[in-house]
Amino acid sequence: MKKVLVLGATSAIAQATVRLLAARGASLYLVGRNAANLDAVTKDAATRGAAKVESRAVDLNDFNAHEALVDAAYAALGGLDGVVLAHGVLGDQAEAQKSWAATEAVLRTNFLSAVSLLTVLANRFEAQKAGTMVVISSVAGDRGRQSNYVYGASKGALNVFLQGLRNRLAKSGVAVVTVKPGFVDTPMTAHLPKNKLFASPEKVARGLLRAADARKNEVYVPGIWALIMLIIRTIPEGMFKRMKL
Amino acid sequence: MKSLESWGRYPRVEQRTHSLVWRTDALPREGTPLLPHGLGRSYGDSCLNAGGTLLLTAGLDRFISFDPATGVVRCEAGVTLDMILRLAAPRGWFLPVTPGTKFVTVGGAIANDVHGKNHHRGGTFGRYVRRFELARSDGSRRVCAPDENPDWYGATIGGLGLTGLVTWAEVQLKPISNPYVLQETVPFGNLDEFLVVARESEADYEFTMAWVDCLARGKKVGRGLLYRGNFAPPQFDGLPLAKSHLSHGVGLAVPMDMPSFCLNRLSVSAFNWLYYHRQNGKPKQRLTHYDPFFYPLDAIYGWNRIYGKRGFLQFQCVVPYATARDALKEILERSSRGGLPSFLSVLKTFGDIPSPGWMSFPRQGVTLAMDFANRGEKTWKLVEELDRLTREAGGAVYPAKDARMSPESFAAYFPRRAEFARYIDPAFSSSFWRRVNPVALPFSLEPERGVAASRPQSLLAIR
Repeated sequence: MKKVLVLGATSAIAQATVRLLAARGASLYLVGRNAANLDAVTKDAATRGAAKVESRAVDLNDFNAHEALVDAAYAALGGLDGVVLAHGVLGDQAEAQKSWAATEAVLRTNFLSAVSLLTVLANRFEAQKAGTMVVISSVAGDRGRQSNYVYGASKGALNVFLQGLRNRLAKSGVAVVTVKPGFVDTPMTAHLPKNKLFASPEKVARGLLRAADARKNEVYVPGIWALIMLIIRTIPEGMFKRMKL
Repeated sequence: MKSLESWGRYPRVEQRTHSLVWRTDALPREGTPLLPHGLGRSYGDSCLNAGGTLLLTAGLDRFISFDPATGVVRCEAGVTLDMILRLAAPRGWFLPVTPGTKFVTVGGAIANDVHGKNHHRGGTFGRYVRRFELARSDGSRRVCAPDENPDWYGATIGGLGLTGLVTWAEVQLKPISNPYVLQETVPFGNLDEFLVVARESEADYEFTMAWVDCLARGKKVGRGLLYRGNFAPPQFDGLPLAKSHLSHGVGLAVPMDMPSFCLNRLSVSAFNWLYYHRQNGKPKQRLTHYDPFFYPLDAIYGWNRIYGKRGFLQFQCVVPYATARDALKEILERSSRGGLPSFLSVLKTFGDIPSPGWMSFPRQGVTLAMDFANRGEKTWKLVEELDRLTREAGGAVYPAKDARMSPESFAAYFPRRAEFARYIDPAFSSSFWRRVNPVALPFSLEPERGVAASRPQSLLAIR
């Protein structure tokens, strides 16, 4: 990935990824919602050695702007061969259970806006017969649990969409990489008590880029989550529904 | 509430933490005193805030700009000196002043106005801080520079993090031709010899510092090894590069708290004797990478754990040349006699280059740094004694390394403290500041109590 569009560039995992890409001398087009924060990430990337950094402050929930945004990224970098889709919200499960509006907000940001952007990007990458699409999903999408099934559903739906996209784009030489982090110590999880399973954003970013370089399909980062989720997925539903998870 | 300790592992206190994420974010309103906290490399309680809130600056680790033509770097306050070196050293720029560890933040280097092996030539870190932004709890933000808000600039450099939060800073780096230091080691037989060789070395060497065998007695008091060096010139081929496994940061780690019997008089004596005699009494020259030259202890991750759970007390003083010989001799003799060996003792001369910081510690004279395993009252009495000798010699003790100096000592060492106090942010405080300024407080000091076991029973300590 030499010319990369980063969506949700101010998220902790994206920032760590941007640093690694910048150190490799990649050209970057960074997209985030908060202009001041995006500016901080942009200047950091430029200082750390990115060949070129452009940015645009956009609310990605405005689906109508997606086509123009991708056009702008192509124009700014003179093409794209990579995308890192990192924007998302954790939401509040209790709130979502009470209110469709809160549920819809999570689904819009995590699933619908991603699908809208990937639809535009997939067509471009398919036409140019090259590119790597890295999408940050979550282990929460592997199985619905009462504690965060709305967030989990948004990521689970995204996983299925990505599977289909991967299947479609395989013959065009486009890689679709689904990255499923476990717990990550970021501002998104600042309110949660930390344990040994929490990984740093830097560690997740390294795993993400390793997977992208190897054009992997689905990866868990850190790798231990492949085992944990295998166990979680294997529990029979009859038993699972009685568990406090 | 989180239990946190500083690098000296004493005291250990309870406080809340708040992780800062963006430099433009407003400061939190906590209702309890705030204190910026970087990597916590201060040894005592100047980076702690019992019962208050630490503003963790680790998330403010972004660069803003770096100009490889001028060597000016602008970055957020949580950027570490290590990060600056990784960015700038390959492009021919080095820190203008660096302490003995690169694992400190720029904010911390400003707050403590740190010094290094080149103080006689370069002064303190604060001199190279071109400007910074200071965010205060009233919502105000000021850019501070020698010619812009100069009073805030002077109060904040060496201001122990109390004047507000430094969000970003701009530092002037200095050019180097390559990452290697041409280093020479010169043995000296006692304190008098040190003073001669150290002052002689100042003219030709940018970097000087000396390791002292603090167990030597009688005529040998103050014997040790002086390290002096300069960055190697561009086309240097006089010496082969010293092979060192420490040069690229692949180091060792102290994996656990060492039991206290590992550090005793015998082991410290043996180490000191071997270290001194390794030299055969002759000067020795070698070419070395800057990493082992400036940061030998950084290669041993968590070296502070060799002192065990009870931690250690650091003591660093500076005394003027007029009284240096007698005062330092007395200090070295006391600590050698006390039966509480200092594992690592360092001597260095400070030059007369003034710092812009009102509360800066370095001043012309000779500085001595020692560390003592915390063995309770004995240790505290000894260090209090060393403090008294420093005071009588007209010297000063370094707040960044202190966990025990009295309000009276602090007042004697920092004559501009009253002027400085007017610039303290009313929402900011630290355990150190409350200790050296005991006044009625609008909040409880209950959590100020450290771990009960390591709290000494001496009256000297109840401050």
